[in-house]
Amino acid sequence: MMALPPVAGRAMASALAAAQAATRRPSVIWLPFQECTGCTESITRSHSPTIEGMIFDMVSLDYQETLMAAAGFQAEEALHAAMKENHGKYLLIVDGSIPLGLDGAYSCIAGRTNLELLKEASRGAAAIVAMGSCAAFGGLPNAKPNPTGAVSVSDIIKDRPIVNVPGCPPIPVVMTAVLAHFITFGSLPELDAKGRPKAFYGETIHDRCYRRPFYDQGKFARTFDDEGARNGWCLFELGCKGPVTYNSCATTKWNAGTSWPVESGHGCLGCSEPDFWDAGGFYRALSMPAGPLQMVGVAAAVGVATGAAVGFLNRAKKNAAKAGHETTTLADLEK
Amino acid sequence: MIMNEMQLLTWVRGPGLNLAVGIFVLGVLWRLFEIYSLGRKKDLSAPRAASGASGWRTIFRRTLPAEGMLKKAPVTYIAGGVFHIGLAIVVLLFAPHIKLIQSLIGVSWPALPSQFIDLITIVTLVAMLVLLADRIMNPVKRFLSTFEDWFTWTLTFLPLLTGWLAVRHLLLPYTTMLALHILCVELLLIFLPFTKLFHAFTVFGSRWFNGTVNGHKGVAV
Repeated sequence: MMALPPVAGRAMASALAAAQAATRRPSVIWLPFQECTGCTESITRSHSPTIEGMIFDMVSLDYQETLMAAAGFQAEEALHAAMKENHGKYLLIVDGSIPLGLDGAYSCIAGRTNLELLKEASRGAAAIVAMGSCAAFGGLPNAKPNPTGAVSVSDIIKDRPIVNVPGCPPIPVVMTAVLAHFITFGSLPELDAKGRPKAFYGETIHDRCYRRPFYDQGKFARTFDDEGARNGWCLFELGCKGPVTYNSCATTKWNAGTSWPVESGHGCLGCSEPDFWDAGGFYRALSMPAGPLQMVGVAAAVGVATGAAVGFLNRAKKNAAKAGHETTTLADLEK
Repeated sequence: MIMNEMQLLTWVRGPGLNLAVGIFVLGVLWRLFEIYSLGRKKDLSAPRAASGASGWRTIFRRTLPAEGMLKKAPVTYIAGGVFHIGLAIVVLLFAPHIKLIQSLIGVSWPALPSQFIDLITIVTLVAMLVLLADRIMNPVKRFLSTFEDWFTWTLTFLPLLTGWLAVRHLLLPYTTMLALHILCVELLLIFLPFTKLFHAFTVFGSRWFNGTVNGHKGVAV
């Protein structure tokens, strides 16, 4: 896990045990913005460490609207108490994008905009985890035409360490592993250029895909129920975005290692990459045009017309030269 | 706002491709009409021999080096031949390329294994580098070379290089390199009709014409 040396496992175990033994477990605040709760659904499926194991033994999850018993004023009170008591130390998790349109009015909690809440909560955060593609890159709300003016956490917060854990949703064990890393080492894991942990987003789906040999052999499923599909051949032609998607579905899999999209017969949608909604269609092969080639018809007509016009001009020139008894010079041949 | 690599990739696959293919089609039709509408003066001389299939045979014969020429200019013939054949294989027999052609015009054919394409690409790249070195070192070739020669070499070399780097995951992340690869191909498409690269469309017609004229003059092949 996390590309750490074997001894790290022991260090991690003892650190996690220490966290359990500590009277105060590290405070974690989870703010939901423009989201679908898919990320929360996903993290509850983590099998190692489990979410209940984390909540009971490792962290103090002080605010999580879906999982907490409190609601309304009690919940808000818990949030503000946690932010005050753990100022500078708590881990802030954000899922969902932040709408900037109409002064942020598209998404409010307790009468305050997501933008306001994020700015306030980030001030006392030791680090921020942008959980899911919406928080990390803007995600679905940010897709064209982006009616709410949705942006990512890193578009707004510039002065706090941020780790992006994209995916729609992210892989459960990847979410909990990033939290475990932070609790163990008190720091964020090594990140790539997009702020994603390299351990989980270091390689493309395509490069670790068990169907890769079929790609190399040129064996492709052409529909979802042809012989190729039944033989488990490569889904590239059905629009799989594995080649341009950095994530670890192919290695960690989902639901305690049960399966993952490609194994169940569907191509990768590229959900851990920015702008995957607007990347030319889920069922279009990467090598296919992302949009219609509308110019071809007009271009052909203009081409023929120009060619014909230039042809007439040349003929007229030739005829004029002929009528004028012009002679060919050496310079003409050099043209 | 600066584009991220996914947006760049989507742009080159969408609006960029639309623009490049548009200019390509426009340019090709323009040039073909212009060239073939020039015409030739009617030849009033009596044919020395029936042209017969001279034109068709010339198309084939000019693919082979003329007698003695292979020894005189081995680099030009061997590297030139390897590069052209290699390029054709890589462009026409790599699975994703076939998929693109199929989506554009509806026809497809079997692909070669990608490892084999990888090997052919390396061979083609080396042949092109040898040709470039020869063009620089050989005083006659260097003297005859104009900006267009260097430019078209670069236009042809870059798609091959970026495609290979993308598949091998070298230098840049795959997504970025794939976008650059498609961008380079689009540059090639845009300039092809208006440079000497247009020989891709005219070479066989010219050979046929020369062969037929030669046959008419009594040098039937």
